Amino acid sequence: MFEFCTDPSTLDTFRWFSCYLTNGAHVLFYQSFLTVFALLAVTAPTALAFGFAAASASRSHILPVSWLGKLYTAMVRGVPDIVFFLFFILVLDQAIEYTRHVIACPDWTEDVRQGANFLVCPEARTPSGNAAQWVHEIYGFALAVFTYAIVFGAFCGNVLFGAMRAVPRAQLETAEAYGMARRQVFWRVLVPQMWIYALPGLSNIWMILIKATPLLFLLGIEDIVYWARELGGSRTSAYQYPHPDWRFWYFLGLLVFYLAFTRVSEIVLARLTARLSHGQATAAGEELRRAAA
Amino acid sequence: MICAEALQHYGLRSLGIGERLLPREDITLCEQVVLIGSGMIWNVYFGVLALAFGFVFAVALAVAKTQRARLVRKPAEWFIFVFRGSPLFIQFFMAYEAFVMLPRVGVEFTVLGVEIAAETRWFARAWLGALIVLFLNTSAYAAEIFYGALRSVPKGDLEAADAYGLSGWGKFRRITFPTTMRLAWPAYTNEAIFLFHATALVFFSSFPAFQQRGDALYYANYFADRTFNPFVPYPIVAIYFVLLTLVIIGVFGAINTRLNRHLPAERRQRLRIRPQVIR
Repeated sequence: MFEFCTDPSTLDTFRWFSCYLTNGAHVLFYQSFLTVFALLAVTAPTALAFGFAAASASRSHILPVSWLGKLYTAMVRGVPDIVFFLFFILVLDQAIEYTRHVIACPDWTEDVRQGANFLVCPEARTPSGNAAQWVHEIYGFALAVFTYAIVFGAFCGNVLFGAMRAVPRAQLETAEAYGMARRQVFWRVLVPQMWIYALPGLSNIWMILIKATPLLFLLGIEDIVYWARELGGSRTSAYQYPHPDWRFWYFLGLLVFYLAFTRVSEIVLARLTARLSHGQATAAGEELRRAAA
Repeated sequence: MICAEALQHYGLRSLGIGERLLPREDITLCEQVVLIGSGMIWNVYFGVLALAFGFVFAVALAVAKTQRARLVRKPAEWFIFVFRGSPLFIQFFMAYEAFVMLPRVGVEFTVLGVEIAAETRWFARAWLGALIVLFLNTSAYAAEIFYGALRSVPKGDLEAADAYGLSGWGKFRRITFPTTMRLAWPAYTNEAIFLFHATALVFFSSFPAFQQRGDALYYANYFADRTFNPFVPYPIVAIYFVLLTLVIIGVFGAINTRLNRHLPAERRQRLRIRPQVIR
């Protein structure tokens, strides 16, 4: 990075650190923070969409559809989600490979499950055996995002279902009295009003989602935890930057990162709550109305 | 018949009793159920002890957080913020690294007349190190729950206590604390469920499974890797956890009934179970 970095062993402490913290491996470490943000940016809307679909399905008048919605939201209760994470990622991987296997090699006669092995024909390997490294990484990341979305979608579904029921009945009846159809009542009255009831639950889930991001490491993604372990491990003098075991300090850094992230989220969510309370038939909304009047 | 054999070999495997080698080939369903069940011993151990110690500490923290004096309030607030604001996973990693850094000296102390030679390297073992982390973590979460409950103790109750001439410790013990518990209990039940689920993280964070003595998820993961078939071991773990959750709900429900026994039946609060997610 800097010119004086060619021979780190001769540098004083400050310069040594400025070189150490900007070397190639550390740039990768900083990039892995982007992985975390990317995960959150993709997962949050997807999970919300899943949750919305699940909550709407649970309200459906068609019995099997409502069962499906309720089953999905009930699924995650009572079981630690880490089990879901580890389970889903394997299931997804095998489901994709198996589907491609059935389509691509219809005349494959051997059994897919051979004792301890899961063997599909070479064409069905996902990603294909000769794919570039980044394809593998993207595939792994996509699987992880999907897994997160499924698990957190169920939590969102729970919250949104509760929020939909919390909207005052009178509001919906008024809409019906105006001659709105069921669909119109849902989209024009229920959905705009439910967010303020959903927000406390959703902000809770957001906090939990933030705190769930280190689990990416368990799913085999090179995330911040991976790099903190990697970089923090002690380096002998054979390396350019020898140092003892610094993993504690790296994890301390991650801890501070998460604390700051949580704090910022709290502040933003508090503002959002105030904003969404505008014109709502709740105590907070009434307070805002009084203050303005 | 074979199941009895599996039970004999692997029933207490997670404690290091029984067959040394884990099943490698021709893994039967019995072996999976027994070994994963044996791992559940650890989950229960972590959950029960962390919850028991955490309860006492959490009450102290919650009371500290309601105090006026900044010297008492601020440390409690910071403690709660740090442990609730950061992932448990990172806390495990940090604690492990910190415990490994501790100098390896032996300390002797006496508990109930029995001399115990404690060594600081015990901290780097899951049974103590992870327990400490879980204890601190659940204390912070429970303290926030109790704090909320302390603040919602009805004003009338406290005024009535004053009118009866109760003050200080007597007022806390007879009026404030029981009402706090009554108010906090449903949320605390969720926290307990939540904590038991969090115990699944122990052997996935840094604490190594010494001689393959792991918890339920550790063995489930072992089987999933061995057989490349996630459809058997993970549902087994799930069933075990659902059963454990039901037991917790039963026990906490009974306590809830006892806490509210003075109320007329229809005014009693029913326990609403909404298990949370990861921390």
